[in-house]
Amino acid sequence: VKLLFEGIDEPGLNTLEVYARRGGYEALRKALEMSPAEALEQITDSGLRGRGGAGFQMGKKASFLPHGDMDKYLVCNADESEPGTFKDRELMQKNPHLLIEGIVIASWAAELDRAFIYIRGEYQHPADILEAAIAEALDAGYLGRRILDSEHSLELVLHRGAGAYICGEETGLLDSLEGKRGNPRLKPPFPAIEGLYHGPTLINNVETLMTVPLIIRMGAEEYAKIGTETSTGTKVVSVSGDVQRPGNYEVELGIPSREIIYGLAGGPPEGRAVKFWFPGGSSAPVLTGDELDIPYDFDSLAKAGSMLGSGAIIVVDDSHTVLEVAQKVADFYAHESCGKCVPCREGTNWTVKMLRRIESGEATPMDLDIMASVQEQIIGNCLCVLGDAMAMPIGSMIEKFRPELEAEIEAARRRAEAAELHDVVALGVADEHAGPMPVHTAR
Amino acid sequence: VPGWDESVDLTKDPAVIPDPETTAVPPELRERIEAAMAKYPDRRSAVLPALHAAQQLHGWCSPEAIHQVAAVMQVTPGYLSSVATFYDMLETRPAPVGHHDVYVCTNISCSLRGAHEVLDAVEAAAAATEGDVHVRSFECLGACDIAPMASVDGEYVGPLTPDDARQIVRDLEAGGPVLEEKQLRYRKCADPGVTDGAEEFAPRAEAAKADTAGLRDETKETDRPGPTAPIELPAEEASEEDGDDQ
Repeated sequence: VKLLFEGIDEPGLNTLEVYARRGGYEALRKALEMSPAEALEQITDSGLRGRGGAGFQMGKKASFLPHGDMDKYLVCNADESEPGTFKDRELMQKNPHLLIEGIVIASWAAELDRAFIYIRGEYQHPADILEAAIAEALDAGYLGRRILDSEHSLELVLHRGAGAYICGEETGLLDSLEGKRGNPRLKPPFPAIEGLYHGPTLINNVETLMTVPLIIRMGAEEYAKIGTETSTGTKVVSVSGDVQRPGNYEVELGIPSREIIYGLAGGPPEGRAVKFWFPGGSSAPVLTGDELDIPYDFDSLAKAGSMLGSGAIIVVDDSHTVLEVAQKVADFYAHESCGKCVPCREGTNWTVKMLRRIESGEATPMDLDIMASVQEQIIGNCLCVLGDAMAMPIGSMIEKFRPELEAEIEAARRRAEAAELHDVVALGVADEHAGPMPVHTAR
Repeated sequence: VPGWDESVDLTKDPAVIPDPETTAVPPELRERIEAAMAKYPDRRSAVLPALHAAQQLHGWCSPEAIHQVAAVMQVTPGYLSSVATFYDMLETRPAPVGHHDVYVCTNISCSLRGAHEVLDAVEAAAAATEGDVHVRSFECLGACDIAPMASVDGEYVGPLTPDDARQIVRDLEAGGPVLEEKQLRYRKCADPGVTDGAEEFAPRAEAAKADTAGLRDETKETDRPGPTAPIELPAEEASEEDGDDQ
């Protein structure tokens, strides 16, 4: 079943003309005939869960917003930066009006009249397309004052980011949108109570908002029949890495993961096997090649100790080492940590250094225990989950691939010994500007 | 961290909000910043678009550029610097006006498919020319379906092989579209369930091109992030990054 991808490659779908010909903005008409409460009920009844990473029920989130006359905001999170995720890019670039329609309906349901799309700065082409689509929608009266002669008005502004992973975190995004460094905020208060410009704010992912018109069109009850009981609907899954046909695939939630990786994406190259895979972006704990039959939905993946996250599957085949991928993951999060919370700032940095020690032959198997304990001390101890996003996959790699990592440590040590290292080795410290710290290696 | 090694004169007072009367700001820049400020309930939300605009004009977020933005927005230069240093696409080191930016993605999906070889090749190709082509490795750009890929002045191209490097630099110097047959904007959806009109939506198809070409014209040039230049990594970090694919 194709909902979000229905006719996605039709030429000109990004223009209002083609979109309207395909029944675009009909759902908006229908929603505006309902009361906001009825529209919200449709969203709630559909069981739609957030597609950005946390998987929180959208209807529930919207219901947290206080009622009454006050400045409230809707922010569409289009800062798609989770490594391996590229679904929103394709959706926005090819079907921008569906997003606009979803935003107008969601703001009607949440009774607010100001909305922003925060798109990552690197997405120039999708942003250009969206900008043009917003102008078209405004001209046609789908945005602005008294939309389609109803009570509903909405001002929509496209805001471009400037390259920072942390701005995909909802409170970091709000700070960035307010013109500050994108540092996450302490929660609570949650954005639904106090968000953008201190007003109640509803923040949703692109794909979540684009699903809203589809729910209104087909009815919540029909939508809830798709997928599983607790993970309703379809999901666009980004499959990348060691597969033959990387790309976005729309699947019904709950189908076996193997079907996505092998059936749709073609599996790893000829003669290779899946070594491990990230089911939901690089922050998800990895699963092994033996865990391919897990149904792809929120709860089944959580039960398996991982998460659906943003719906990005990264496949790693047996031609790559665990260490090489772990380094990539740790490097990325160390670079992107905003530095506000100590466990994340130091934890990501030290994890990078300790992985380097393995490579340079200075590590012992005990390092793996220390590294695992560093990960444990990051999780749950910071304002946002950026640190957790490194700790979870690294922790799972240590747990699931310990024998390989130990062998790697041993092999690297032999290599280093053969190369006859000097007695004193400069060990990098967390702050590279403080200069090297001399450490005597035990010989 | 840019500016880390430069000493600060602690005897001086912090810079105050520049006087708009005495600060000369190019009219075009002022217009763009004021238009951006008008879009938000709080003028400070326009900091990113304003710095993008200033960077486009000056090549980077130079002290002069920051000063001009501060004068129009009526915020302190220090506030703007704090923002500019946070974001990867805002350049806080000198870079010439009109230079080209090539971001080569080296995150997981791309590096699994040979991104580091591509990065090396593009760096070598850029070094071999006289044009201002700035190459840097970048975090996941959100196009793992065309891994390994790069963003060339904002245009996504891939999947790349090291052999494409010279063509990228040649196309940049020629000033036309870059590696057009590998541009992401013409790529079809991978999902086999999507068939509608797929035949017509092919690379180089005139219909598809006209589609997006029209949109580009309608888009206000002023709203686009300006060209940005790479932030140089400290030598140590850079060399480590280059080496970790082995």
